[in-house]
Amino acid sequence: MKLNLKIWRQAGPNAKGRMVDYKIDGVESDMSFLEMLDLLNEKLIGKGDEPIAFDHDCREGICGMCSLFINGEAHGPDRLITTCQLHMRKFNDGDTITIEPWRANAFPVIKDLIVDRSALDRIQQAGGYISVNTSGRSVDANNIPIPKKDADMAFDAATCIGCGACVATCKNASAMLFVSAKVAQFALLPQGRVEAAKRVQDMVAAMDAEGFGSCTNTGACEVECPKGISLTNIAILNKEFLLAQTK
Amino acid sequence: MSTINIKEGTPLKAKIPEGDLAQKWTIYKDKIRLVSPANKRNLDIIVVGTGLAGASAAASLAEMGYNVKAFAFQDSPRRAHSIAAQGGINASKNYQNDGDSDWRLFYDTIKGGDYRGREANTYRLAEVSGAIIDQAVMQGVPFARDYGGLLDNRSFGGVLVSRTFYAKGQTGQQLLLGAYSALNRQIARGKVEMYNRHEMIDLVVIDGHARGIIARNLVTGEIERHSAHAVVLGSGGYSNAYFLSTNAMGSNATAAWRAHRKGAYFANPAFVQIHPTCIPRSSEHQSKLTLMSESLRNDGRIWVPKKLEDAKALQQGKLKPTEIPEEDRDYYLERRYPAFGNLVPRDVASRAAKERCDAGFGVNKTGEAVYLDFSTAIERYGKEQAHLKGIKNPSKKLITELGEKVIEQKYGNLFQMYEKITDDNPYKTPMMIYPANHYSMGGLWVDYDLQSNLPGLFVIGEANFSDHGANRLGASALMQGLADGYFVLPYTIGDYLADYIREGKIPTDTPEFEEAEEKVKEEINFFINNKGKHSVDYFHKKLGKIMWDKAGLARNAKGLKEAIKEIQELRSQFWKDVRVPGKANEYNPELEKAGYVADFLELGELLALDALNRNESCGGHFREEYQTEEGEALRDDKNYAYAAAWEYPAKPYERFTKHVNMSDAILHKEPLIFEFVKPTTRSYK
Repeated sequence: MKLNLKIWRQAGPNAKGRMVDYKIDGVESDMSFLEMLDLLNEKLIGKGDEPIAFDHDCREGICGMCSLFINGEAHGPDRLITTCQLHMRKFNDGDTITIEPWRANAFPVIKDLIVDRSALDRIQQAGGYISVNTSGRSVDANNIPIPKKDADMAFDAATCIGCGACVATCKNASAMLFVSAKVAQFALLPQGRVEAAKRVQDMVAAMDAEGFGSCTNTGACEVECPKGISLTNIAILNKEFLLAQTK
Repeated sequence: MSTINIKEGTPLKAKIPEGDLAQKWTIYKDKIRLVSPANKRNLDIIVVGTGLAGASAAASLAEMGYNVKAFAFQDSPRRAHSIAAQGGINASKNYQNDGDSDWRLFYDTIKGGDYRGREANTYRLAEVSGAIIDQAVMQGVPFARDYGGLLDNRSFGGVLVSRTFYAKGQTGQQLLLGAYSALNRQIARGKVEMYNRHEMIDLVVIDGHARGIIARNLVTGEIERHSAHAVVLGSGGYSNAYFLSTNAMGSNATAAWRAHRKGAYFANPAFVQIHPTCIPRSSEHQSKLTLMSESLRNDGRIWVPKKLEDAKALQQGKLKPTEIPEEDRDYYLERRYPAFGNLVPRDVASRAAKERCDAGFGVNKTGEAVYLDFSTAIERYGKEQAHLKGIKNPSKKLITELGEKVIEQKYGNLFQMYEKITDDNPYKTPMMIYPANHYSMGGLWVDYDLQSNLPGLFVIGEANFSDHGANRLGASALMQGLADGYFVLPYTIGDYLADYIREGKIPTDTPEFEEAEEKVKEEINFFINNKGKHSVDYFHKKLGKIMWDKAGLARNAKGLKEAIKEIQELRSQFWKDVRVPGKANEYNPELEKAGYVADFLELGELLALDALNRNESCGGHFREEYQTEEGEALRDDKNYAYAAAWEYPAKPYERFTKHVNMSDAILHKEPLIFEFVKPTTRSYK
């Protein structure tokens, strides 16, 4: 396969970036999207050019490190996958593909396609935990039965990989889906109820302080989320937030 | 057999406490020195790596009152490769009432490791396993539950009980997010200073004690000095020495190897785990291999055709697996190992797959794949569901539909992952799998305290060598990482730190820090200025091929000697011809990789040397010269019941100015003493 690539290049956080055109040949349909970029980089290094910097690590869709905006979509055209799981069989010979970093005020570009997502960590630090010491001497794991339905819903919320696709997709660059997934996971479990009110308030305050936009319920985040995190979590967050205000 | 000359050093002592096996840890904890809360505030600890071991250690130590600095090369601690562990975590809770106990978990683990692990460590691991589950549940880890609201279990390879706790196929992710949340809580309290996108590139040793690290800020390229009263490495394993593995692209052995260069012994490097169920390689450009969880072997049956002509037809794409009748299928694990069947340990399952494929029965175009088939399970579950729903005489179509739903509930995300990668629907046609490198049982040598031979350097999780012997059982890596980080290290490190309560802050303007910084800068500048002919990946792929062909699933003396020679030559070529684009003082992933591969090029040779030295077969280390008539591993307890801990054969910073032969490494033996179990021939028949 031959492809025309238009890729965002930016030397550093304060440098001016621009789209650069590349032609690539010899792409195979079994390659993953990132293996296609590996191939391009190998060629660039061979020519003495600087390779394209992009974030990636596990390459099996779970670490949340990869983060490309491909043809205007977070993680590219396929659904329920990350960029590393996108395969070139989704493209055709001669296609033009644009590749950009996540775009959001709260995610400044570090280099080329790499952005700084530490804002998401700081939101978690504001309350994305249950305050239990690590002594292992709390109670037996089976002391509190949890209805399977609640446990399954908490699990579904907990599968968020923190990649930031929801933010990149949202026209307001809102982090509501990300925050709601953590709030909902803990709100659904008896262990998390104790601090539920404080948690939702602290996490929402941290989210606002980081400069993420507001949620206007367009639902685009849910469509692009590689883990299928449901909008229901945002409803749970809103409910928890209102409940917390009344306390 | 082998004609190599190995230099032998002084034997090592593991400092195992006296007493009955089940009492050792309790006695130990009662006798160690404690550090008062007021003094903990004056002690600094560096933790490198934020996977299950590193994150749980950093969180626990900070919570106890120590000042912790934690380092991760990713952009967030949550992305460490523990996140990718799929199937589960073992604990001897005996919730299923199937006769489980601490002793049984210990026994299965030491037997599974083919009696090359340390009894006392392994028992302690089993002993604290239950607390991990209690801890995780309190942290909000959403384990799978049954309809009564209690925790569910499943079974993993090499055992006859159901002791594995799981969260669908994302158990590692959920446990890591639990540890990450505990870590976040301490970061918020200011007790952990988190350094993301930072990499340890040297260990600083002062008067024989680990006293700090040199780190590189990966964004700015700045070289930083960090001092501490103790350094903890939880930096993972070295599977990426094989280039293709199930590890993440960034997983590397650099922190451990740089510590090794500074005097820490590296133990049993030849013990690597080749996981039986990975998606087979498909193209030359493949960058990594993807694991399919061992849990799939609960319901999947592994087979190849009985007839060679069927295999040929499959390889040529002229036949579909569903067209091969039941009687022409060879369920070779069930045939060879009737007692454990598809759930034999990983090393056994991997070798059996290789044996069938080498005999020509592989089922894909490369001839390196076997089937993992769920049709029997789909039918069984479908019938069960129909019965539960009171449907009489259900049609075959309905049974399949109902059965597929059950399979989806259990393994949905794994099936989806498989389909995305291969473009095949595993509900309708069997999965194709083949063994791939997955885990390192070897690692830095540690004693019972998890302390290396360098005082003040502690090593936890996959980065150390101690608990899994020559083969790790499934769902035990998560257990060990969290056991070390939450429940073992926080005790043992105090006994060491008790000596330093009056020490005060350790200055970084000392000659030792100075030298380390200067030398790592020299090496970085060497890479940038070398302007050679080939990229780092070029060398990494070549190394991987040597490792896989000659030090992989099956090894022999001739091949290992060739491997040693070829790696030496490749390493010389690397230092001459490697090309690293870009600059030192910027974000430069190629420069990071150059450091990893420089270390793998040494580690690979040591691995081959260790494999050559060990004239026996045990666990994942299979030497073709040492096998039974039935092709099973033949151990030699008389001569090799020891852990082989290797001392680096040169001065720390000589390698890019002078050729260093890893084959001159000095061997320190730690005799393995079996007081409580008697090593026998492992049998899973």
